[in-house]
Amino acid sequence: MAIIERPVSLEVQPLIVVAPATPSSAMGAIKRPVVTKGWRQWVFTVDHKKIGIMYMVTAMFFFLVGGLEAVAIRLQLALPNGKILNADLYNQMFTMHATTMVFLFVMPMAAGFANYFIPLQIGARDVAFPRINAFGFWALLFGGLFINLSWFLGGAADGGWFMYAPNSGPIFSPSHGVDFWALGLQITGIASLTGAINLIVTILNMRAPGMKLMRMPIFTWMILVVQFLLAFAVPVITVALFLLSFQRNFGATFFDVAAGADPLLWQHLFWIFGHPEVYILILPSFGIISEVLPVFSRKPLFGYPFVVFSGAAIGFVGWGVWAHHMFATGLGPISVAVFSISTMAIAVPTGVKIVNWTLTLWGGKLWFTTAMKFSIGLIVLFTIGGLSGVTHSVAPSDTQQTDTYYVVAHFHYVLFGGAVLGLFSGFYYWWPKMFGKMLNEKLGSWNFWLMIIGMNLTFGPMHILGLQGQPRRMYLWTENRAGEGFFNFGFWNLVSSIGSLVLTVGVLVFLINVFITARNGKVAPLDPWGARSLEWMTSNPPKEHNFDSIPTVRHLDEFFHRKYAEDANGQMQQIATAEEVLKQLEDNADAHIHMPSPSYWPIVLAFGLPIITFGLIYSHLISVVGGVIVLFAAYGWALESSTAPDSDFESNTPGTGLDKVGANHD
Amino acid sequence: MTDTTHGHASSTGISNVKLGMWAFLGSECLLFGGLISTYMLYRGRVTGGPRPSQIFDIPFTSVSSFILLMSSLTMVLAVSAAHKEDDRKINLWLTVTALLGATFVGGQVYEFTAFYKEGLGFSTSLFGSSFYTLTGFHGVHVTVGIIMLMSLVGILKRSKVPGKKAEVVEMIGLYWHFVDIVWIIIFTLVYLIPV
Repeated sequence: MAIIERPVSLEVQPLIVVAPATPSSAMGAIKRPVVTKGWRQWVFTVDHKKIGIMYMVTAMFFFLVGGLEAVAIRLQLALPNGKILNADLYNQMFTMHATTMVFLFVMPMAAGFANYFIPLQIGARDVAFPRINAFGFWALLFGGLFINLSWFLGGAADGGWFMYAPNSGPIFSPSHGVDFWALGLQITGIASLTGAINLIVTILNMRAPGMKLMRMPIFTWMILVVQFLLAFAVPVITVALFLLSFQRNFGATFFDVAAGADPLLWQHLFWIFGHPEVYILILPSFGIISEVLPVFSRKPLFGYPFVVFSGAAIGFVGWGVWAHHMFATGLGPISVAVFSISTMAIAVPTGVKIVNWTLTLWGGKLWFTTAMKFSIGLIVLFTIGGLSGVTHSVAPSDTQQTDTYYVVAHFHYVLFGGAVLGLFSGFYYWWPKMFGKMLNEKLGSWNFWLMIIGMNLTFGPMHILGLQGQPRRMYLWTENRAGEGFFNFGFWNLVSSIGSLVLTVGVLVFLINVFITARNGKVAPLDPWGARSLEWMTSNPPKEHNFDSIPTVRHLDEFFHRKYAEDANGQMQQIATAEEVLKQLEDNADAHIHMPSPSYWPIVLAFGLPIITFGLIYSHLISVVGGVIVLFAAYGWALESSTAPDSDFESNTPGTGLDKVGANHD
Repeated sequence: MTDTTHGHASSTGISNVKLGMWAFLGSECLLFGGLISTYMLYRGRVTGGPRPSQIFDIPFTSVSSFILLMSSLTMVLAVSAAHKEDDRKINLWLTVTALLGATFVGGQVYEFTAFYKEGLGFSTSLFGSSFYTLTGFHGVHVTVGIIMLMSLVGILKRSKVPGKKAEVVEMIGLYWHFVDIVWIIIFTLVYLIPV
């Protein structure tokens, strides 16, 4: 926490001494937290690295929850006349599976990576708004728990993850599940929006000297695109969710067809959010593998500007394709034609990326680590999913496929084969950076192959099932409707269910790997992979202030260029080891580093939100309590400065031998 | 010296808070975009209760709109006073801005009450639901603005504002102007263009 002081003279070993802090009062009565040990160092932290890890742990928890829901679905469909779930519970299961995986696993996991690595990749010491950052995490956690609370209070939401109105109205969905869903997503939406604003400002404003936009690592670029998508897409679903809540709780008529309402209004609002959302899910993984592939190919990324601009192009065109989710609703030939063409067009920048990654591999000295395998897995499986996506863009073909398992197969290939594999690649690549230990490569190999085999067994047969006409969301199939021969439902449903168990084992192997690594994993060397970007130019795990001195950036792939240079013959030669590069930064360490201070307010403010929404469902009195908490925390927040003033740290504690070194610089 | 608080050099030259506020306002455009689209879709759909032309009181709403627009002027004066570090005038103009905003919200409350008495409830028709939702959301935004203005006046009095004073005033100013601009659009689309 807080201020790090160093003795001015470097004759003395440059020991990092954390100055003891005496907090000034934040609201006249409440002093800001200072404890740096135990649970308090997590709960009140504003450190982007700790927040990043908390995001990841939360996301992993929800990944397991969503995974169990998926296994329940597959067990129900494994054999004819499944008895595991009844129709009602089945509806809740697939709704919550999708909601959890999209909003509570992939998005927060990407947010976790972004939080941890963006400041490191751009050479910053923290994010632009550390307290808003902490608030975003807590709002996500409380929002996610709030949605899942519905399981215990009368049943979860059951309208599918896109919750089409009027089906999600009080007549067809009488339980409180949809209320919990709509209000909980408002809370996670606030989390996404604040996170987006924070990261946009961080990336645009807090780059190290010389870190021009076109010198930023691709991961940072893709996260920037994603944050813009979030900032503009989240408010649209906010509107949709408000309309739905007003209809359910206050008798508004937005989706009341008898009153003349347009049933397509919800679909348009949802998909204007929903389609950018799928790029929000996939682009972070594209960013991760664009970091991993060059490192393990021993080559720079092929066509860096093309990868950047195709990512940005996906971000733009992603706004003009939403109605391809609605081809079967009778939009009229012109709309269908326009959205068909724009959907085909968006395949182009994605294809550009695939080509760039492939050509990065081409002629490289490939090193098949687990991270590399997951990245290559993404290229292959995402391409399959992308191609089935292009078949959806052909409207007549899409009309045939709408609401069948073919669609389910498609989006699992792009989301599991794309987003999830990319995230796993990130785990293996960045684990040594985050925790200072190497994940076991042998278990990693098992993890990879089990997941690849499991995923193809689970989702591959769904193409066949869908084209044979098995409807999506069918909770039961019977022997006499299963058909005969090679293409009968029974066989392929069983294969798919077995695949989901293989997949589960694959994920378990990852958890075992994490556990074993934590207990007696190999200590990671400083630069285990021969990496290229700034986040590796600091210790493993990074110090609280990230960099002893802020590096000046002269190249794309700055770290690589500090280690290697061309000799007289134009050959790349090593000129420095990673240790030497790091030593150079340490030798020029800043004398006085002032870090943002922990705060109570982010978690208190975030805690008020689910209380408000809980009250909206049960009793408005409870909402008032939540509102008071929010208001109280907001004032506490506004009256407290993000970074504790220097006067808090002018400690004369004996033994530190410090006075205000460099305090005048601030 | 790298710090993460405002007031330090940034890569773009724009301070963090200001860039953050712009990003937030960009996001707000989409929020009102969604609400306005919903209203435009539904404004003619009246299955029961009064039609828009039967209840709108254009002269009254024009006056309250004018008052809201004038509050933008006083907000500019507050920002200008903040740059000159004239504490007395900052207080004065922030208070006047808040009062003008409160007058507008008062007008809206009066208008809602009048419409309700004339038979337009929240669930009467699609027009009713979408009208109250759109203008209600705007009213809540103005109210939040008033709370921020008055809090700022209080905080300035105890001179406890973290960061630079002028920047904080400017930040709230940006929000306030945005809310006013949105009202110009809403007023034109909702009240002036006939169904």
